This record gives sequence, C-alpha cells and structure tokens, in this order.
Amino acid sequence: MGFTDYFVLWVGGLLTLMIFSFLYKDNPFYKFAEHLFVGVSAAYWMTVAFWTTLVPNMLGYLYPPILRWFATSRAEGEVVVNVLYQLPWYDRWLRLIPLILGLMMLTRLVPKAAWMSRWAMAFIIGFAAGTNLTRYLQSDFVAQIKATLVPLIVFDQGGFSLGGTLTNIVIVGGVLSALVYFFFAKEHKGWFGGTARVGIWVLMIAFGAAFGYTVMARISLLIGRMNFLGQWLQSIF
Amino acid sequence: MSFIEKMLKIDRRIIFLLIALAVIIPMLLNLVFVVRPSPIVQTIFDKVDGLPDGSKVLLSFDYGPATVPENRPMAESLLRHCMIKGHRTYIMAVWATGEAEANISIGRVIRTEFPDKVYGSDYIQLGYKAGNQGLINAIFTDFKGMYTTDAAGVDINSFPMMADVNALPDFDLILAVCSGKPGLKEWVQFAGDRGDIPVAGGVTAVEAPLLYPYYPKQLLGLMGGLQGAAEYEAALVNEYPEYRASSMTAVKLMGPQTVAHLVIIFFVIIGNVAFFIQQRREKRARRE
Repeated sequence: MGFTDYFVLWVGGLLTLMIFSFLYKDNPFYKFAEHLFVGVSAAYWMTVAFWTTLVPNMLGYLYPPILRWFATSRAEGEVVVNVLYQLPWYDRWLRLIPLILGLMMLTRLVPKAAWMSRWAMAFIIGFAAGTNLTRYLQSDFVAQIKATLVPLIVFDQGGFSLGGTLTNIVIVGGVLSALVYFFFAKEHKGWFGGTARVGIWVLMIAFGAAFGYTVMARISLLIGRMNFLGQWLQSIF
Repeated sequence: MSFIEKMLKIDRRIIFLLIALAVIIPMLLNLVFVVRPSPIVQTIFDKVDGLPDGSKVLLSFDYGPATVPENRPMAESLLRHCMIKGHRTYIMAVWATGEAEANISIGRVIRTEFPDKVYGSDYIQLGYKAGNQGLINAIFTDFKGMYTTDAAGVDINSFPMMADVNALPDFDLILAVCSGKPGLKEWVQFAGDRGDIPVAGGVTAVEAPLLYPYYPKQLLGLMGGLQGAAEYEAALVNEYPEYRASSMTAVKLMGPQTVAHLVIIFFVIIGNVAFFIQQRREKRARRE
C-alpha cells in the first residue's frame, strides 16, 4: 500500500469517526467534518458541472480549439475538434441560446434585472414538463392501469392457482380501496367508509414496508462504514 | 421506576451502541447466512444467463460513493455475469459519480478476473454525460450523437463493438444500478416502456418500494438493497461455483445485517408493548 492509499485511508477513517461522534452528542469534530463535507461537495459539483457540461456541451461547440487545452492527449483533442468542425454551422451556433439563457439566470444577482431570469426559468420548466409529461403519462398512468387489469381467478399450467389468485385479488383490492380512501366527494360512511378503511390499512402496510427497507438501507451503509474502519484498523495493526 | 418505564425512557445512545455491537460482532465472527434468490432477482439472472453469447447489454452505473455498500455488489455481480456469458457490455453513467465507480468495478472485475477480455470488442467504458433523463431520451434515438467518444476521448467509431449500435433499441438488455434520480425509474420511463426494451437492475433499499409497482410488466426484475445484491450473488454462485471467492461480498454482509435487524425488531416490539401497557395503566389510573 503506497503513501496515497494510507493517506486516503487515514483521512476517511478519521472523518468517519468524527461523524460518528455525533451519536454521542454534538461536538467540534463533528462540526468540522460536516462543514468540510459541504465545502468539498460544493466544489466537486461545481467542477463536475464545468468539465462535463459547460466545456463539452457549450464552450467546445462555440469555439472548438478550446477543447485542445482540456484534452488528455493531443490526438484526442484533434479528434474531438475535427468532429465538431464537421458539424453544420447551426448545430454549433445554436448553443448561443443556452448561453444567453444561462446568463439570464445569473441576472438574479442584480435585483433590478432579476425579472429576466424568469424567462430562463420558464424555458427550463416548459422543457421539463414537456419531456416528462408524456413519459409519466405512459409509464406511470396508462401502463400502471394496464398492470392492474389482471384476472381475479388465475389458472396456471391448466390448473387453478391459489397463489396467483390471491396475489391478483390483493393487487386489485389494494389499488381500489386506496383510491377510495382518496375520494373525498362522498362521505366515508357505510360500505364506502369500510372500503376506505381497508385503503388506510393498505397504505399503512405500504408505509411499513417502505420504512423497513429504509432501515435496511441505513444498516447496510453502517456495515459499509464498519467494513472500512476494519480495513483502516488492519492497516495500523 | 418499573421495567416498562425504563424501556420507554431508554437512552438512544444505548440503542446506538447495541446496533453497533450487532454489526461488529457478526463481522468479527464471519457470520454468514444462507441466501436464496427470490423470483424478482432470479428473473434478472435468468435473463442475463439466457441471452445468446455476444448479446449487447447496456450497464449504467448511476450511483456514487455514498451507497457503495449496497450498489457495488450488484453492479459487480452483473458485470461479472455479463463477462462470464461473453456479452458485449456497454458501460455508461447518468450520474457524474458513476463513471469513477464504473472504473473501480472494471478494475476489480474485468481486469482482475477476465484479463483476456478486449476493450472495445468485449466491453467499453462510455463514461458520464450530463442531462439526466434527457440523456436517456437523446440516446434512445441517437446514441453516437451523444457519445462521440468513449470515456477516454477515443473516437467512438474506432471500436468494433460500436459498429451496430445506433440507438437504445439496438440493445438486447438494459441494466442499471441506481441510488436515486435519475435512476431505474427513468430507465423504465424513457427507454424500456418507450422502446419495449427489457430493463432490469438494482437500487438502494430506500428506492426499492418505489420500483415494485413496475414489476413484472415494465421492469424485468429488481434487486432491492443489500439483500437483492446477496440474492444475485447466490444465484451466480449456484450456477457458477468457480466464482464463489469473488462473488460473496453482499452475502457476507448479510450476516451483520440480519443480526442488526433482529435487534431493531426487538426494540420495535419492546417499545410497542411498553407503550400499550403504559397507556392501559394510565387509563386505569384515570378511572380510579
């Protein structure tokens, strides 16, 4: 194990202990680790955005030679620059529109011109809504309704399938009762109220399953950290 | 103070300590439980295993270092399985942190266990591109328009395995290992449903309940958290026992996971019983 590996292991180990110290009570070591994480994250994402979005998707298109400075090798730079120069002029210069919209977003820093940022924001919202709406409608609405239209009596390999039948009854019954619970135009009384009550139970079971999974996730992360601390201690002793 | 009152006022630090012990002791004892693949995981294994050799599989690493304990075993099992079966594996990332994770897994799995696999013919690292679900949307119709080079900046058309890949529907299977948004849900919405392409993968346990409604019609199979990863490893080891040594990461971690769960279940039961007894006592006291 080289010096860098040791250094990374020690920094990781000490920071993990600093964060874990919060479980006892708040303290300056925890605060230090927390602030360090916030600062490093902000810097990391800023750098990632610059290298993966601004440089390849905008600056490179507007002025391809700039990519020669950022390429890992001269050959790589030449390939990318040549590819970009072969594009039709409008493919490259259309990138001026996002540049202008991006600058308009920055007008939020100047109170008198802040209204201009709304146009850029409107573009983002419009694009996101337009792109997502059809996919959500198709996958989360139409396809989910289709997936609920299942036979309530299931025959498998020529015979009656009790497991399949029960599963489908739970799916259809669960969906319908949960929907009834969220139907507020009619008072929840009588058979309607009873169905809504079943709906509450279905929702509670779903929340319980989600909570169980969340606990599992947190414990997995704890195990991962413990594993790491184990490696750290092994490197010391 | 009665036992019930003590339980209701137990210091949270004692619970933290017990959870820590529940994790550390099984780790020290190398406690391993038998894991059996459930149908929702077995279907992914069967699909990967059933594809003819040389099939085109897209594997997206959409997670970061924060969820490595859950996601890495899934990703590496899938990668290992693809290599065993000789599938052409196209590695990409919709998450910026995914590219680094993919590089680590390529080193740990392909370069270590399959050194004869040729870059550009058997597997390729396409890397990360910005755009979230917009990226999936774009590569659905024009793959090479977005990926003009691989992650190292080499012209995409210079790789033999890219010759017959122009859009997402050209792939035989899409696998994604994810820990948030964009993730498996977006792969289902923007690729699977749109192009009728089989989509499967693994997600963190927190995400898993949100993905279950898509199974089995829109999502071929799902690995949920460490348990899902362990089940895939178990399926892999059942079929290919020669990979036992390298394919037991998640299975080994399920020991501490199970013991920690038992401690949590114990405290949930004790807490509820104590709460109801206390409530009954208070009611009785009010009546008297």
